[in-house]
Order: sequence, then structure tokens, then C-alpha cells
Amino acid sequence: MFDLTQAEWTAILLSLRVAVIATLVATPFGIALAWLLARRDFWGKSVVDALVHLPLVLPPVVTGYLLLLTFGRRGLVGAWLADHLGIVFAFRWTGAALACGVMSFPLLVRPIRLSIEAVDRRLEQAASTLGAAPWRVFATVTLPLALPGILAGMVLGFAKAIGEFGATITFVSNIPGETQTISSAIYALISTPSGDAAAMRLVLISIAIAFAALIGAEWFARRATARLHGN
Amino acid sequence: MLRVDVQKQLGEFSLQAAFQSEGRVTGLFGASGAGKTSLVNMIAGLLTPDRGTIALDGEVLDDTAARIHVPPHRRRIGYVFQDARLFPHLDVRHNLDYGRRMNALAADPAQHKRVTDLLDIGPLLDRRPGKLSGGERQRVALGRALLSKPRLLLMDEPLGSLDEGRKVEILPYLIRLRDEGIPMVYVSHDAAELRQLATQIVMLKDGRVTSFGGVKVLS
Repeated sequence: MFDLTQAEWTAILLSLRVAVIATLVATPFGIALAWLLARRDFWGKSVVDALVHLPLVLPPVVTGYLLLLTFGRRGLVGAWLADHLGIVFAFRWTGAALACGVMSFPLLVRPIRLSIEAVDRRLEQAASTLGAAPWRVFATVTLPLALPGILAGMVLGFAKAIGEFGATITFVSNIPGETQTISSAIYALISTPSGDAAAMRLVLISIAIAFAALIGAEWFARRATARLHGN
Repeated sequence: MLRVDVQKQLGEFSLQAAFQSEGRVTGLFGASGAGKTSLVNMIAGLLTPDRGTIALDGEVLDDTAARIHVPPHRRRIGYVFQDARLFPHLDVRHNLDYGRRMNALAADPAQHKRVTDLLDIGPLLDRRPGKLSGGERQRVALGRALLSKPRLLLMDEPLGSLDEGRKVEILPYLIRLRDEGIPMVYVSHDAAELRQLATQIVMLKDGRVTSFGGVKVLS
């Protein structure tokens, strides 16, 4: 049963590439935003917080359509990026990565925000009295103490990204070899006669990946507790 | 020389204090809630006064009229907190070294040895703060503050979180430290402790300085 066809392998590898890139690119933004939400009060904070969570509650097809309107060839941002930087998202795997990054962003940000909030601010004060400028306090105290939460956020974001379907297929369609991820391959297979066995193989593989990610996140969370208690 | 003349409103509590200290160890004495910690936080730069000035050795650290507020990391003022506040992710060695690294000071093995000997923390260097007793933690915190080579050392009830036995353990180290000659501001609500350590007393009550002078004001 596990003799995967070339097309199935392509979908799996594409999913991994899309999810890895989406997670790695989203993480710095996620950390910056999590820090802002955890440690700064600013005008419009609740609006920013709501915007971050929006992909979690909107129908994925809506998010995908909005991405198409914004980042499509004729979209406001998409046209500019294509003309000036040569970056094209529409119907490319990069667009799949963008869709996955946006959809997984809330799951990435939340654990990071919680772990930054859990860092004892009195330790940050102690660091500043020892001569550390604010960015060094962040780099030497806040970030290492929040690291398990950051890794947990990355794992969860990755798991969400690899399973993303609705926004991706709406934005970049379902092109084998370019935008056909595991999810869209399964979708294509189950609407094909005699595609059931192949679909089942991919289903099992996505279950395995999701399980590994959740167990990984749990493990990082436990490390976080141990680390914050100085053991 | 430390010169403080500040006002700060903290909710219902109003703090208004002015003093000048020439002494080596200035004891800030008062009951809990008298405003001692807020005052020390202002000297450290962690809290900004609403009005007033703070100056150390002629350098203005705070002057609200001139809109001057030197941030804590540029003050070179060490701070030993009641709860040691060691960095849990660093072992003792790296906790001790933190201030030197942040101030980009050259390594000073002689001073490092003197401080670790003074505080008997040499055997603890490879341990994490989570594996230290309360007294050990406080000694490491003292060493960490000292090794950042501060111009002034603030100590906010450094014995406050310790039981009687531990206090007796730490006190001799504090006396040794005083004799090192670094100017200190030492906060306590314990008159006996201050009689042993301070050379000058600022007595604080309900956010006001009620008396100021030699150790005899404690009696």
C-alpha cells in the first residue's frame, strides 16, 4: 500500500517545502507581533489582535479570495511586487506558502505571546540594571526564556500550514507539481473514480505528520516549564 | 555623592523625599509601605519621578524640569533585589558574567576571583539558580551586581526573604562588602541590621523623610 507514486511524492515534498518556508518566514513577524501584543500598549491594539486571529474564524475560502484580490496578478500588492521585485504569488508554490503562512499565523503567534507574557519582567529589570540596553534584554533574557514557546508556536504553525486547504486552493488553485499539496491532492483523488487507495495513503501520511507535530509541541511546552524553573 | 529630591504619586500613595548622602552606606529605614522600594527604583532608573532631580557624583540622572531621564542600563548602578532575580536559564558563572558582558568591560580575572572568594561562591559556578538555596542565591546576586563594577550599589532588603539562620549567614558578607568601599544604599526595616551596616540613615515614613543623620537616629 505504501508504494507511493511519483505524483504523490511530489505532493508530499511540495507540502513540506510550502509549510517549512511559510513557518520560517512567518516566525520573525510572529515573534515581533507577539512581543508587541504581550509587552506594549498602543492605540488600536485590540484591532491588531483581532486581525491576527481573523484567519482562524473566517471561512478559508474568504481568506483565499482576499489573498487573490490583494496578491493576485492584478491585485494591488501583487501587481506592484510582480512589476518591481519580480515576485509572483498567483498560481505558484510561493502563493501556497503565503496562504499557509497567513492561515497558520494565529496558531504561531499565540504560544509565543503567552510565553513572552510568562517571562518575569523583574528579570528584565535586573538585566537593565546590569547594563543591558532594551534590545539586549530582549535577546539575552526574554527570547531565551520564551524559546520553548517559540518552538511550540512554530510546530503548531507548521502543522496547520501543512494541512491548509481552503485558502490555498482558492488562491493558487490545484496545479500538480506547482501548487498541489497533500490536501489538494487528496481532494483531487477522492473526486476521481478509483482514487480511494491513493487518497487513503495520503490521509494516513497527513495524520502521521499532524501527530508528530502535536507531540512535538507538547514536548516543547514541558521543556518550557522546566526551563522557567531553572532546572 | 548621591543627591535625591523627588516626588512621585503612586495611586493613593504619595512619595516626597529629599536627601543627600556623603556616607559610604546610606541606610533607608522605614516600615513596609513607607516608600523605600519606590525610592530605590527611582535611583536605579526603573521608575521615573513625577517631579524632581537625582544626581550621582555630580552627574544628573533625572531632572524632570530639563526632561532628563538616564535609562537604567546607562546608570552604572548595581541593584540587589530582595528576591535575587538570577537568570534561570544561565548557570551561576554566566549570571556573574552578565554585567561585564553587557557593559563590554574587559575580563578581570583578579576581580572575579576576589568577588567569588569574598562571597564564597566559587563552588557554585556550574550550578543553575534552581539548584541553589535562598542564601546562596542572594550571595550570587550580590556577586553579579558587584562584577558589573557599579558606581553605587542599591540593596533592597537583601536579607528580607531569608530566615534568621540565613541572615546570620549573609550579614558578614555584607559587612565585608561595605569595607570594600563601594558606596551603597541599603534598604531595611530592621534597625539592628542597619546599625551594623549603615554610616548614615534616612528615615522614611508614609512617603516622607522624617529624619536624617548618623546611625544614632535609629534609637
